[in-house]
Amino acid sequence: MTMRDEATFGVKAGLAEMLKGGVIMDVVDPEQARIAEDAGAVAVMALERVPSDIRRDGGVARMSDPEMIKGIQAEVSIPVMAKARIGHFVEAQVLEALQVDFIDESEVLTPADEAHHIDKWAFKIPFVCGATNLGEALRRIGEGAALIRSKGEAGTGDVVEAVRHMRSIRGEIRRLTLMDDAEVATHAKDLQAPLSLVRAVARDGKLPVPLFSAGGIATPADAALMMQLGAQTVFVGSGIFKSSDPAARAAAVVEATRNFADPERVAAAMEGLGAAMDSLEARKLEPEQVLSARGW
Amino acid sequence: MVAGPLVGVLALQGAFAAHRRVMEELGARTREVRVVADLEGVDGLVLPGGESTTMSLAVEREGLAEPIRALAARGAPLLGTCAGLIMLDREHLGVMDILARRNAFGRQVRSFEADLEFLDLEGGPVHAVFIRAPWIAEHGPGVELLASVDGHPVAARAGNVTVLSFHPELGTDTRLHERFLADVRAFTG
Repeated sequence: MTMRDEATFGVKAGLAEMLKGGVIMDVVDPEQARIAEDAGAVAVMALERVPSDIRRDGGVARMSDPEMIKGIQAEVSIPVMAKARIGHFVEAQVLEALQVDFIDESEVLTPADEAHHIDKWAFKIPFVCGATNLGEALRRIGEGAALIRSKGEAGTGDVVEAVRHMRSIRGEIRRLTLMDDAEVATHAKDLQAPLSLVRAVARDGKLPVPLFSAGGIATPADAALMMQLGAQTVFVGSGIFKSSDPAARAAAVVEATRNFADPERVAAAMEGLGAAMDSLEARKLEPEQVLSARGW
Repeated sequence: MVAGPLVGVLALQGAFAAHRRVMEELGARTREVRVVADLEGVDGLVLPGGESTTMSLAVEREGLAEPIRALAARGAPLLGTCAGLIMLDREHLGVMDILARRNAFGRQVRSFEADLEFLDLEGGPVHAVFIRAPWIAEHGPGVELLASVDGHPVAARAGNVTVLSFHPELGTDTRLHERFLADVRAFTG
């Protein structure tokens, strides 16, 4: 027997590495998962309601029905991700028992703990967490996240918050690389992040795990914008299956993400797609409607 | 001073940046290959890990299948890792006479690291990272098996084409990349 070490941080961050340069799509049933895989998605996020419906319906948003997740796992061969509420480690245990490939501890669901995120080191399955700035990203990595996504404002179709959060994270990383050792140590306190991680970022000029983008991406150009701003992959939630032609839009977003630096290819991908999702301007949301403020 | 050989890294999706970094640290020139024109002048090609369904669609979309087969037919060294192994099998590009079984070890929870005995490689076992990895379910007579996990082949070679189920680009052991670069240098003479 070959001795196998499972659930190492290497295999967790390694899966995130394999998802680079792709599109991860929110799906609510096996039919949508099939459309996503056939369009070239690198993974699907299985959830009961896409963020725009969660906004519309209100109430408590929880992890999905295991039966729905199993149906999607049976339908596709690409990785299947699923969301747990912030701090709800039992939902995460259930998702681990279902053998999903990645758990998203997500602000899109209603938080279950107002002070603690899940201790992600306790799990075999890798976690992705959202972040609006560098300190938040490094706190999540300190808790064991193997992948960070900039949060954006899910379910709006407005990319402005995704841009703000990506610029914030990348800009803070660039500033860190210019600091001397003493400044880095002081800055770690301001960031409220582990000094060892802050030092690693200052040294390497990047996060120790991949950085993806999410929240409000609705068009191929939005996806290419986030990639040019430094995202390594994009999550598209409501943007695909709330548009007028999901299969065509899914393929077009994949195409634009792969060719993000080539405007002619992005232009070609955008032709004849029909209407984008019904959108909300993120700045006009009431404070209690802002999902990206959840998490600490 | 003549520039060294040029290694193409298929950059449609996946871990292409990690392969480029390792190759460049070893002194090779590299180029990301996204469209057919990018293959012009490359002396070898790496097909990285990622999602093979995504990569297959992109290869089809970009018309890259025939040019990659032609490159292999000329004898240029090819290295396929994980999804790259799948891409080179009978049911995809058909460059190597193997049949891959996708996600053969199971879902992500079964991903693992292991020390592998590797045929004809000096310096001891290779520390290998397997992520939702395939294995080689069938292989033709011209295929030499190089390593296995519990009886399942996870590395093989036929002529100048090498396939690995695992991810040498994620570790610190560069011997398999060095071996590939030696093949590329031998090919360019």
